[in-house]
Amino acid sequence: MNSKAYPGQEAIIANGWWLANRWLISRRLSQVGVLGLFLIGPWFGWWFVEGNLSSSLILGILPLSDPYVFLQSLATGHWPETAAITGVLMVVSFYLIVGGRAYCAWVCPVNLVTDAAFWLRDRLGLGGASSLSRKTRYWLLGATLLIPVVSGQIIWELVNPVSMLHRGLIFGFGAAWVVLLAVFIFDLFVTRRGWCSHLCPMGAFYSLLGTHSVIRVRADNRIACNDCLDCYKVCPEQQIIRPVLKEADKGTGPVIDSANCTNCGRCIDVCAPNIFHMGLRFNNKVSVNTNRSDRSNHSSGVEVL
Amino acid sequence: MIKHQAHAKSSTSGSPARRRFLQDSSRSIGIVALMSLGLGIYSKQSRSLPADALRPPGALKEPDFLGACLRCGLCVRDCPYDTLGLATAGDDVNTGTPYFKAREVPCEMCDDIPCVVACPSGALDKSLINIDDARMGLAVLFDQENCLNFQGLRCDVCYRVCPAINQAITLEHRSNQRSGKHAMFIPTVNSDHCTGCGKCEHACVLEEAAIKIFPLSLVAGKADDHYRMGWEEKSQHGSSLVAPDQEHLYNLPSGQRYDYDKEGLIFEENSSGEAIQ
Repeated sequence: MNSKAYPGQEAIIANGWWLANRWLISRRLSQVGVLGLFLIGPWFGWWFVEGNLSSSLILGILPLSDPYVFLQSLATGHWPETAAITGVLMVVSFYLIVGGRAYCAWVCPVNLVTDAAFWLRDRLGLGGASSLSRKTRYWLLGATLLIPVVSGQIIWELVNPVSMLHRGLIFGFGAAWVVLLAVFIFDLFVTRRGWCSHLCPMGAFYSLLGTHSVIRVRADNRIACNDCLDCYKVCPEQQIIRPVLKEADKGTGPVIDSANCTNCGRCIDVCAPNIFHMGLRFNNKVSVNTNRSDRSNHSSGVEVL
Repeated sequence: MIKHQAHAKSSTSGSPARRRFLQDSSRSIGIVALMSLGLGIYSKQSRSLPADALRPPGALKEPDFLGACLRCGLCVRDCPYDTLGLATAGDDVNTGTPYFKAREVPCEMCDDIPCVVACPSGALDKSLINIDDARMGLAVLFDQENCLNFQGLRCDVCYRVCPAINQAITLEHRSNQRSGKHAMFIPTVNSDHCTGCGKCEHACVLEEAAIKIFPLSLVAGKADDHYRMGWEEKSQHGSSLVAPDQEHLYNLPSGQRYDYDKEGLIFEENSSGEAIQ
């Protein structure tokens, strides 16, 4: 089964092309749509949205501000104005519901870059394990919030590829492409899913924000798993799937409630037996009759990166 | 028996797991420490602002501004004259922050100050209500060798375009030593009124402007706090603070006396009506 040309092939045969790609396509539409909303202002003069992802004004009324940039500013000792505080509360309450790292999968423009790098890495067969811990991003998050305390200056925004790409597209790129090229090269050659899943402190921040978010991917039908590994192959945070899928006997419930799940829904797409679905985090109990077959012990075949 | 084995296994595997955890953590910390060091140095460098890059009106002082600005560009959007732009990566201005260059597009000093109104973070201080109170920089007529007015010509362009005409820039008369009979009208900047909008620099007719806006931190001097100006103290107090004012006694040749109010040296006339020389 591992010799399949690409993950999701079985799902296409079993469920049809649309059902096997709907989440990916919706996600791309969302990413491009958000970008488009910001771009029709400067391109066509229709100002539905002004500003960029760091802070914006919707229809001239509703402020939205990025809580991570806000925190960095707070760390310098600056107390922002009401508009920024309101904007942050808006964004925070949204992601408390839909899942913090939904930002990474559905909004962040860098995801388009890193997904492209991952796609190419896969096609070129550049496998290999990472020597980088996925926890590095949390250390980096800590550092980006600590250095401003000392230097009195917002520091991560000097190099943050996320705000650089978004601001670049809207206000002018300058040399920002260098930073994005670096991210692309890093993801392509150095570490699989290197940026988004190992280093990006913004993603780390949103994962902490959405730790208890309501909307989650669920695997209620996990008994039907046929061990095809397609979900592992497409998941940017592979480590989060196994416990939910295979450790029901250890008392793990059917909800993928890891803070690092980006709610991208690609696992739902590529799963031929339709194990996953988007749902709520509640009712995370192990069903009584977990009829587990002996094929559960397949962890050796999983490359946990 | 099986249970016992499992227990034994887990207790021996605890050590490698911990070692791996420590290895992973130390590597992470190392990488982050390296990145932090790099960022720290870069941030220190990026704190410097080129002298010709001016912040929008109401901007906090530069170090505070860099901690407050969210780099969202809402001030840029609401600037009706496209004066403001956001620094891009590779610029010599802190990435993503708004600035303008007076020689390219100066600030038009809108009455409603839309850029300040738009700022969500307070990096542009909302307590700035009257644009005349803005201090984006200070005009300095630094090149007296090329300024046309200093040549005795009547260019006056900086004086004419100044939104605070006759206040921020005044024309001070001076005699023209070259011709010996003409006046020079020297444009003189008064920091009490100059907002640093840059209209003068923008309008200067020279190929390279002789008058430019510089950051206040660069050109504004500051007298020590303990300095007291005698005449100010005196007028504040109402009379001299040191000793009673005494008329100065001059030791002048006979026939001359000094009277300040009647314009200085006075030659007393002798009986024949001729001034004593």
